[in-house]
Amino acid sequence: MKQVIFNENLCKSCELCLEACPKHIIEMDLDRLNVKGYHPAIIKPENIEKCISCGFCAIMCPDTVITVIK
Amino acid sequence: MAVVFQKTKGLTDVPFHYCPGCTHGIVHRLVAEVMEELGVLDKAIGVAPVGCAVFAYEYFNCDMQEAAHGRAPAVATGIKRVHPDRVVFTYQGDGDLAAIGTAETVHAAARGENITVVFINNAIYGMTGGQMAPTSLIGQETLTTPYGRKPGNNGYPVKMCEMLSTLDGASYIERVSVYDVKHVLQAKKAIKNAFTAQINKKGFSMIEVLSSCPTNWGLSPNEALKWIKDKMEPYYPLGVYKNTLEEVKQNG
Amino acid sequence: MAKVLMKGNEALAEAAIQAGCRHYFGYPITPQNEVTAYMAKRMPKVGGVFLQAESEVSAINMVYGAGGAGARVLITSSSPGISLMQEGISYIAGAEIPCVIANVMRGGPGLGGIQPSQSDYFQSTKGGGHGDYKLIVLAPSTIQEMADLVQQAFDIADKYRNPVMILGDGMLGQMMEPVDFDNIKKGENHIEEKTWATTGMGTRKKKNIINSLELDPQMLEKHNIELFKKYEKASKEEVRYEMTNCEDAEIILVAYGTIARVAKNVIELAKRENINVGLIRPISLWPFPVEPFEKTVNYVKRYLSIEMSMGQMVEDVKLAVNGRKPVYFYGRAGGMVPEPAAILEEIRKISGGAK
Repeated sequence: MKQVIFNENLCKSCELCLEACPKHIIEMDLDRLNVKGYHPAIIKPENIEKCISCGFCAIMCPDTVITVIK
Repeated sequence: MAVVFQKTKGLTDVPFHYCPGCTHGIVHRLVAEVMEELGVLDKAIGVAPVGCAVFAYEYFNCDMQEAAHGRAPAVATGIKRVHPDRVVFTYQGDGDLAAIGTAETVHAAARGENITVVFINNAIYGMTGGQMAPTSLIGQETLTTPYGRKPGNNGYPVKMCEMLSTLDGASYIERVSVYDVKHVLQAKKAIKNAFTAQINKKGFSMIEVLSSCPTNWGLSPNEALKWIKDKMEPYYPLGVYKNTLEEVKQNG
Repeated sequence: MAKVLMKGNEALAEAAIQAGCRHYFGYPITPQNEVTAYMAKRMPKVGGVFLQAESEVSAINMVYGAGGAGARVLITSSSPGISLMQEGISYIAGAEIPCVIANVMRGGPGLGGIQPSQSDYFQSTKGGGHGDYKLIVLAPSTIQEMADLVQQAFDIADKYRNPVMILGDGMLGQMMEPVDFDNIKKGENHIEEKTWATTGMGTRKKKNIINSLELDPQMLEKHNIELFKKYEKASKEEVRYEMTNCEDAEIILVAYGTIARVAKNVIELAKRENINVGLIRPISLWPFPVEPFEKTVNYVKRYLSIEMSMGQMVEDVKLAVNGRKPVYFYGRAGGMVPEPAAILEEIRKISGGAK
């Protein structure tokens, strides 16, 4: 089943993935901070269905945070 | 359940120290992916520069050497001459390759040294806080060109692909960028071509990657990618500047 | 190979090849050009690499790469070229890479001249590059000794994982003398395999890194302390010197390299005027031999350091003598060579001209 796994503690909240996602379902979790003090990138559970597993987010991520599984 | 994208074995588990949104991270990954896909990780020996990528020796999952500023092509030459059957690459910034290390770069290419150079052009000195680089654009404000780079005082930006492609020792020279997915995938293909040129013993290969420096450009990571496209690309046209590889068709 | 008549520079190159060196990087500079020409001819014949770099800056960094990749590597130059290499040499010492560097000294400073000199003594023994590091410096005075020391230099470099310098001069490089390479033991066999070298991981699990960067000051200090343990060991095990006619000498000359040969003539001349002159000849300039001074300082009246410079080794002599007896200096510079008669005159002068 579709998954987009964020290795959150590597995320620096740069938002390149947010811009790259054609479905615009990635956002920064403003309620939490990761170990580096950044708001980590997430896909809210209700949005995961919209994911088309294109992997664009992972391709644009400079910190190997994202694993995409379909 | 199929994996669409996962971290390459070509990178170690050491997290990148780069600033948020810095495209060094993307290019590191592309080089690592290419080496993994070509099955040469166990034969690769990389040379890290001095500059933001100085810690590259921690990130690539192969034997590495850390060179003095600008001297990576010479260090790589020394390694390659000792181990001609290994895959030897350098990873350098614009200050390292096109300022202090210009002679080493030009002569490694002139010698047709069978190494692959990954050249990160982000038009600024990042590690030291944003000084002008040899590739800084005319008018670009930096720590050392506070009123904008002026030719009369600071000269003109250097076009390394064009320069090195005039050298017969160069076998594959291409300029790419990483400002969007399409270009990242193109960059990966170019890097693969360059490593293939080395593996086929064609001689010197170099990929120049137009990259971003959000921190020292004073832009957000996404704005910085846009700046590459709008400002850098016009001055640094993307494309293949030298290609002696038969299997890679001479694209436009 | 029996005795052959050979130029110093060529003997240096051949000795390196006999010692198992298969990688040479260099750049043209007088008075050591014969080394590059010889290596260009010989290396291909022994399956080795000769590469003329675009500058000495580049060449020393090729040595960094090749040495770091596990090869026995030689580089030679002359004074101005060696100055260009100083940063690279500091990196090589910091990254603990074995290599042999030969300086066929010429007159300085600046572009200077091409005649012989010894004015790079400080640069070699006190460290010409940045940071706390040492070169083990060996100074031959004959072509046979140069050939022997080149062999030892490769073994010492591997033993300590440190650059070793052969400090010659233009005379030694340019003159011809009979030399044989038979007593050069084939170096390769007794050194343990360089498991630290960057050879490509192959089946090795842990990657090798050749590096001198350490941003954590505690770690960098620890690294410096480790380096100095090596230098401590070298100070005990790598001292080399020769003493001539020192037993009851009233004045002892101190000279190295070709100038020690001039000094030996002075001993003979002085005997005719029954002035008893001895000679201490440091062969290792670093570690500087203190022992011969301990052996002689109680009875000798004075020391006279003779150099082709404005006075550099004399400072180490003073350190070794430590004020217990007077130390004098006589030197010529710019490529001029001290002559026995002039040295004898100096001896008379500092001896109060009594005799």
